[in-house]
Amino acid sequence: MEAPGDYILKVTKLSIEIANQKIVDNLSFAIKKGITLAIVGPNAAGKTTLFRALLNLIPYGGHIEWIGEVKIGYVPQTLSARDIPISVKEFLSFKNGPDIDQVLASVGLNPGAVLNKSLGTLSGGQLRRVLIAWAIADKPNVLLFDEPTTGVDSDSEEAIYGMLRRLTAKENITLILISHDLHIIREYSDYVLALNKCMVFFGESKEVANPAIQKLIYGEPVCRVYGEAHGGTIGL
Amino acid sequence: MVYSLVVGVAVGLSAGYIGSIMVLEKMALVGDALSHVALPGIAIGLLLNFNPFVGAFAFLFISAVIIWQLQRVTKLSFETLVGAVFTLALAIGILLVPQTDLLEVLFGDITKVDLIDAMAAIVVSIAVIVLTRAIYRKIVLSLISEELAASKGINVARTNLLFLLLVSLTVAIGIMITGTLLVGFLVVTPAAAARIVSGNLSRYVKLSAAFGVIASVAGILLSDIFNILPGPLVVFSGVAIFAAVIIVRWRMKFTF
Repeated sequence: MEAPGDYILKVTKLSIEIANQKIVDNLSFAIKKGITLAIVGPNAAGKTTLFRALLNLIPYGGHIEWIGEVKIGYVPQTLSARDIPISVKEFLSFKNGPDIDQVLASVGLNPGAVLNKSLGTLSGGQLRRVLIAWAIADKPNVLLFDEPTTGVDSDSEEAIYGMLRRLTAKENITLILISHDLHIIREYSDYVLALNKCMVFFGESKEVANPAIQKLIYGEPVCRVYGEAHGGTIGL
Repeated sequence: MVYSLVVGVAVGLSAGYIGSIMVLEKMALVGDALSHVALPGIAIGLLLNFNPFVGAFAFLFISAVIIWQLQRVTKLSFETLVGAVFTLALAIGILLVPQTDLLEVLFGDITKVDLIDAMAAIVVSIAVIVLTRAIYRKIVLSLISEELAASKGINVARTNLLFLLLVSLTVAIGIMITGTLLVGFLVVTPAAAARIVSGNLSRYVKLSAAFGVIASVAGILLSDIFNILPGPLVVFSGVAIFAAVIIVRWRMKFTF
C-alpha cells in the first residue's frame, strides 16, 4: 500500500442528476499523481458530465477531493462557436502572460504558421493542439482532455496523443482523458475507468484488449462499487 | 450642430464597440427590440415633464434585469425573451406618448440636443467603453466555450447582466440620434460590416467602432445639409459602409 500522499484525486459516492435524470450514479475511484487515466463508455454514459463535476461546474452529490496543490487544465471536446474572429495569438493571450511561442512549440505547432490565423480557419488537428496549448499555458499539474469525436483524422490523433504523453511525462502531469478508442486507451493510458452511469470496470488499460472486458464496457451496465481503487489494483 | 456631432461621435463609438459583441452573441436583434422598451419610459418623461432619456434608461434598465432573470429561470434565449417583452412595451408606449411627440420619439431629432445631452452622451459612452472593455475577454471566452470560461472562474451570468445593462445605456443615448425605431441599426450594422473583413478580434472591434462613428457623423451632417431627420440618414450611411465593405471583400478577397 502506497502512502496516502501519492493520491491526487479521490471520488467517493459521486452522483449527478440533471433535470431529475441520474447521469452518474454512486461512482467511487481514486487515482495517483502522474498517471494517465482513460475514461471510456458508450454515448450518454456520463463521461463529459463527470468532467464537469471534476471541474466543479455543476452541482453533485458525494465527494470529489483533489489532494494537495492542484491546478487543472481543461481541453474541451468542441468549441461552441468557431466563427468568432479571434486569432490564435489573441486567444492564448487571454491566459495572462504565457510565452506563446514556447507553448505553441511544446504542442508541436510552428508559431509562425498559426499565430495570426483565426481559430475558425484551423484544421481539426491544429485546433486540438491550440486548445491543449491553452490548457497547459499556465502550467497545470492535472489535465482533463475530452476527446473530439470528429474533426481529427487518426494519424494526427496518434500524433496528438504521442505529444500529450511526452508532455505529461516531462511535466509530471496527471492526465485524465475521455476516449472512445480502445486502441488509444491501450497505447496511451495507464488505467481505464469504464463508465455507464455507474462504474462498470476499473483496471489497467492493457486489459481492454480482453473481449470479456470489452463486453463489460459496452454491454448492459453491471455496476461495481469499489471502496478504494489505487494504482491498478482495486481494493474492494 | 456641434452638440449633435459630439453626441454622434459618442453614440457611434460606443454602439459600434458594444455592437461588436452583440453580433458575436447572435444578439443583434436584441438591441433593436430592447430599444422599443424605452418608449414607455420616454412617454412618462414627456408626460411628467422630466428628461425623457432618464425615463428611457430607467425602463431599459428594469427590463434588462427582468429579461436576465427570466433567462436564468427559463433558459430561453435573450432573443426570445426580448421579443416577448418588447411588443408589450411598444404597445404601452404608443398609447402613452402624446400624439404630437410620437414621430420625434420614434425617429429621433438630434437637432434638439443641448449641452447637457452632449455631456451625458460623452459620460455614458466612456463608461460603456471602459466597462465593456473590462468584460470583453470574458464574454468572448464564454462564447468560444462556456466550460473554458467557467474553468477560468468567470461568472457567465453576472457578466451577461452587466453586458445587458451596458447595452441598455448605449440604446438610451442612441435614441437621441435615431429615435427608438432605428436605434437597433447602430449596434448591428457597423459590427456586421467589420465582421466581414476581420480575421482577428482587435481589428474587428476597432473597425466596428470606427464604422459606427462614420455612419452617425455622416448621417448627422447629411441631415443638416438636406434638412431632414437624421435617423434614416444615419441608417443609409451605415448601409452604404456595409455595401462598400461587401464589394471590397468580394472584389479583393480582402481580410485585414
